[in-house]
Amino acid sequence: MKLRLFLALTSAMYCLTTQAGEVAVAVAANFSAPMQKIAKAFEQDTGHKAQLAFGATGKFYAQIKNGAPFSVLLAADDETPARLEQEGWAIAGTRFTYAVGRLALWSKQPNFVDEKGEILRSNRFEKLAIADPKLAPFGVAAMEVIQRMGVQPNVMPKIVQGDSIGQTYQFVSTENAQLGFVALSQISIDGRITQGSAWVVPQSLYTPLKQDAVLLKAGKDNAAALALLKYLQSDAAKTIIRGYGYAL
Amino acid sequence: MHLSAEDFQAIVLTLQLASVTTVLLLLLATPVAWWLAHTRSAWRSPVASLVALPLVLPPTVLGFYLLVALGPHGPIGEFTQWAGWGTLAFSFWGLVLGSVVYSLPFAVQPLVNAFEAMGPRPMEVAATLRANTWDAFFTVAVPLAKPGFVMAAMLSFAHTVGEFGVVLMIGGNIPDQTRVVSTQIYGHVEAMEYAQAHGLAGVMLVFSFVVLLGLSWFNRRPNRHAHRHQKAGA
Repeated sequence: MKLRLFLALTSAMYCLTTQAGEVAVAVAANFSAPMQKIAKAFEQDTGHKAQLAFGATGKFYAQIKNGAPFSVLLAADDETPARLEQEGWAIAGTRFTYAVGRLALWSKQPNFVDEKGEILRSNRFEKLAIADPKLAPFGVAAMEVIQRMGVQPNVMPKIVQGDSIGQTYQFVSTENAQLGFVALSQISIDGRITQGSAWVVPQSLYTPLKQDAVLLKAGKDNAAALALLKYLQSDAAKTIIRGYGYAL
Repeated sequence: MHLSAEDFQAIVLTLQLASVTTVLLLLLATPVAWWLAHTRSAWRSPVASLVALPLVLPPTVLGFYLLVALGPHGPIGEFTQWAGWGTLAFSFWGLVLGSVVYSLPFAVQPLVNAFEAMGPRPMEVAATLRANTWDAFFTVAVPLAKPGFVMAAMLSFAHTVGEFGVVLMIGGNIPDQTRVVSTQIYGHVEAMEYAQAHGLAGVMLVFSFVVLLGLSWFNRRPNRHAHRHQKAGA
């Protein structure tokens, strides 16, 4: 009897330890705030632990191709995960869109940005910060908006580029640039702009900023990695993601 | 190896930035180093530590605080606006300012060493020969400390060419104004244009090697020369 109880207990403990795994996740910098919240909820709900590394998607791409031990990539775009899959570094059929980024024209000054972005036609600003279109999807979207509005002649000489959307935010928040195209997730909490004034750019003016997740080769047999990918598609996670100003 | 027009633009701008920064740094560092080498003031250690501080902060962090300081509500920004220059972030002169701060220890330290190694004797002898202080400084101290000047110039120049974090933070990546070689290479790497990155990095490494090699040869010759002078004088 005692022996059986002992066996039952040890096997139960064994199950618990194998179940509660760890997963190393590479997370696009613009998604760091929601992901921290999701990781906490994920750990509470499943017992798995997600170890997060934040950075630029291009950098993660280079690191993954050179053997970085990440199991899951949450990219800032949909191209990088597709490329990794093509090149054999990610598991086919595991890609999905976990968030859609939204663009906002933002100034730290209150009542400066109007509700249609008409300020872009004026001379009331000296510098407009955007993310480098070569490096960041938010930069590509910003250029699309500028072109569709037809404001290139006025705007192009005033553009300064941040190497990421995070740096673009710094340029505007230190007021070295009076205006900037940033991610809505950076300046809003629960659907409200936290400071200054902003124009939430209609999604019809730019190609949707799809951010895809993918399971990487290193995470192929990792139960925690699979659980995290599933968790990201749960209602609990989606509520958090929308709360930070992403569309889904 | 294919370098684009933009790559060449970045190379030219980098050389301009490094040259201007080096000249300004030598002008600024010489009096500071002279004072540090000769003073017995209680301020010596605090000032020496202050000069060395840019070594401590990670460049991007230093760049971030520069960005804050250069902004319209920062101390430097308020001054430059008052002076009618606007704000300096995202401009060539903003980068010059950042580079001067960033490379200051590399200009000051070799000069302090050179002035200290010289000792007080040569200046005293010059004074007994009725040379005034300025005269003695330029005809005695500067030639004797020449290796220190060359070393300071070399390190300032090289350090500015290789500067990245500060430029990234306060530059804004504007072609012909703030897009230097290091940020251009970084851009290529991040955009996964590895071939172009290799090309530009290769050019930068070879060029820097040649410059450093040349300066170090140049540095060895006058060094012996100065040494002979010293012996003859003694």
